[in-house]
Amino acid sequence: MSDNKGVMIVGEVVEGKLSPIAAELLGCGRKLADDLGQELSAVIIGSGVSGLAEQAISQGADKVYVVDDALLKDYQTDSYLSVMDKVVKEAMPQIVLMGQTSMGRDLAPRLAFRLETSAALDCIALEIDPDSKRLLQTKPVYGGNAQAIYSSDIDPQIATVRPKVMSPLAPDSAKKGEVITIDAGLDASAIRTSVLETVLEEVVGIKLEDAPVVVSGGRGMGGPEGFEQLAELAKMLKGAVGCTRPVCDSGWMPDTQQVGLTGKIVTPDFYIAVALSGSSQHMAGCSSSKTIVAINKDPEANIFKEAQYGVVGDWKKVIPAFTEKVKELLG
Amino acid sequence: MNMIVCCKQVIDPEAPPASFRVDAGANKVLPPQGVPPVISPFDEQAVEAALRIKDAQGGTITALTMGNNLLRDVVKKPLSMGADELVLLEDAAFEDGDGWSNAYALAEAIKKIGEYDIIFCGRQAADWDSGQVGSGIAEILGLPSVTLAKKVDVADGKAKVERVIPDGYEVVEVSLPALITVSNELGEARYPTIKGIMAAKRKEPTVWKPADIGVDASNIGANGRRAKLVKLFQPVKEGHCEIIEGDSPEEAAVGLAMKLREVKVF
Repeated sequence: MSDNKGVMIVGEVVEGKLSPIAAELLGCGRKLADDLGQELSAVIIGSGVSGLAEQAISQGADKVYVVDDALLKDYQTDSYLSVMDKVVKEAMPQIVLMGQTSMGRDLAPRLAFRLETSAALDCIALEIDPDSKRLLQTKPVYGGNAQAIYSSDIDPQIATVRPKVMSPLAPDSAKKGEVITIDAGLDASAIRTSVLETVLEEVVGIKLEDAPVVVSGGRGMGGPEGFEQLAELAKMLKGAVGCTRPVCDSGWMPDTQQVGLTGKIVTPDFYIAVALSGSSQHMAGCSSSKTIVAINKDPEANIFKEAQYGVVGDWKKVIPAFTEKVKELLG
Repeated sequence: MNMIVCCKQVIDPEAPPASFRVDAGANKVLPPQGVPPVISPFDEQAVEAALRIKDAQGGTITALTMGNNLLRDVVKKPLSMGADELVLLEDAAFEDGDGWSNAYALAEAIKKIGEYDIIFCGRQAADWDSGQVGSGIAEILGLPSVTLAKKVDVADGKAKVERVIPDGYEVVEVSLPALITVSNELGEARYPTIKGIMAAKRKEPTVWKPADIGVDASNIGANGRRAKLVKLFQPVKEGHCEIIEGDSPEEAAVGLAMKLREVKVF
């Protein structure tokens, strides 16, 4: 145990704005900091990002560390690691939280090793142990079949948090906080990677992670053709089409539509699971949906343990009739 | 091109969820009856990434697996796929590690293996899903790392890596030697050929104990952990699904739509 104090979150910047996960981390971090009776700080790293500090304060931070440098425009392991190492050594927090994003899952473990501490990735619950005052980190393991609670005696305790699990606070523009600028102190020659280009898949219609309705198909769809029918249903419900990992592995759908542990995490109001068994790896990406409906010909499929409503039957018969009736009801 | 691929033997993640059991007292997962362990699928894809480079420009691939009582038929799979060498860190002292102690032991073994241009790991192991060992090895060895690769090309002492991001990928160039973790978007790992299986049968793995890689038993496996496992449990599923019946699937489908409309799901 050490003299480290405070909860620090890393506020990820996407396209010049604080990303939604930053607000979620501030909400979660605020609660942990209050439980410890300590302060909550945010670190904002990037190029041209100093204007974002006030937003982090309004969303819960007492203090914001800003590291603004042209070399930090893109996320690079070496540069961000060097910056976080420096900020943590200066601020000496007890807890460091990041989002379970492409950045967080890359940066958190490397930072933990550099600081000779430990990290828990993809946490879905975080709380302070009332006796030991240590952070208890709950994360799914074994593809979601089980959950583990980790803790550690070494500071800082580092965790990444799964998106859309924690609630942001209502912004309070009257809240005051301190902004501290830290020099990145980077040596460009020490950055051993460079991003040559970014290739984005073109998304037709609504983005999967923003869609209020998601219609997902699994291996039981039998091929890419069936997904056109799911797309028709999704469009009618103003939703998006998702799929399981085997569907992507077979090339029936682009990788960007994969829902699950290693794909997208979605939390729509309405999730329609078609011809998918409901493996724990898939459910890790959709189990927080408000209503899950299952259509599967196997009455023993695990998805019926996860869904609130279901039909046992072949999707080829169920989906056209269902789509027709939905269309009629939507008038 | 010398490549090392870290491969973990795990409980088969494709085993039916109903067979999954936790021994809550011991905080351990009980291996399912009759389902043999496998190489963690992301690690198999890491082997595949290395094989594609070997196919294109030649090179040697050393698979590295750590554990205890490792099943030879399982851990030899990378050999049967086309890897050249197999090194096993096999001892009771290597068991039950966390990301920290596992990365430490693997990094020390990699130092002993010596020459390498690329170290490949799966993005996370299919058992504890910790996702830290690759980055940890890179940090211990002072190497640059690129995580979540879906494609790796090598030229002129550098690797060009397509790294998966939420809406596509970024192309990252990294100087070698480097550590690269592989994601499932790389595509399916190849099946072993009969010739490969025969060659793997004849090949004896190199087995190292903690002393062989110069590590102290207090720093590896369960003794070397920094993360304490406080509790392991299976989340309780509520499981009350209302099944909409009908004389035909079409009729059930209509009933489902009406029910969902009635409860204002859409």
